[in-house]
Amino acid sequence: MTTTIRLQREAFDVAAETALLTRGRTDIGAVVTFTGLCRADENGEPIAALTLEHYPDMAEAEVARHVEEARARWPLLGVTVIHRYGRIAPGEVIVLVVTASSHREAAFGAASFLMDYLKTRAPFWKQVEKVSGKIWVDAKAADDAAAERWSVPPPRREAAK
Amino acid sequence: MKLLYFAWVRERIGLAEEEIDPPAGVATVGELVAWLTQRGDGYAYAFENPKVIRTAIDRNHVRADASIAAASEIAFFPPMTGG
Repeated sequence: MTTTIRLQREAFDVAAETALLTRGRTDIGAVVTFTGLCRADENGEPIAALTLEHYPDMAEAEVARHVEEARARWPLLGVTVIHRYGRIAPGEVIVLVVTASSHREAAFGAASFLMDYLKTRAPFWKQVEKVSGKIWVDAKAADDAAAERWSVPPPRREAAK
Repeated sequence: MKLLYFAWVRERIGLAEEEIDPPAGVATVGELVAWLTQRGDGYAYAFENPKVIRTAIDRNHVRADASIAAASEIAFFPPMTGG
């Protein structure tokens, strides 16, 4: 399986990263991409930008652990996770998850699983710049609930036929 | 051992990291938080609601009852908001 994990300050090209995962492959039948973008508002208030702080060593390890967990749960052929840190302006990409498999179910499931865990377990923190000042974004209960649904061990997946 | 602080925990304490040598009797994450809270107003503010603080020992998530005996790096931070 092709795995790419990058934490970086720089912007990147979503289409190019996606193409890279499937280039020259004829076994991949399904690719799901999730792209997280910076919005221009937070709780109805305009923001100028957001800044992502992270814990570099742990973030890499935590993302790698969850990619391994996704591989154990679904028959994946490729995974790319790219997460930015630093200052990010509205409209810019924050995070990209690409999952590739023979069939769509695994690709959809793994992408959803990885995003739910990135939101609640990967050590990143968002701070938004409002007119009133810089404010740390509160964690959302809905994100915890979304991650919680994966905590039930999955049935062992069948061997490839 | 080395302590790391992130996001508003870092801002409230006023440090990103520090080396500490906690006294004997401080054996768990929860006891370490209680000890740190005594060290000044910034610490007390950062840990005013210990239940919301998340902890990692050597880059793994742990709970408040985890032992710190073998830890070389302990990080304290708010609930995560990445993605």
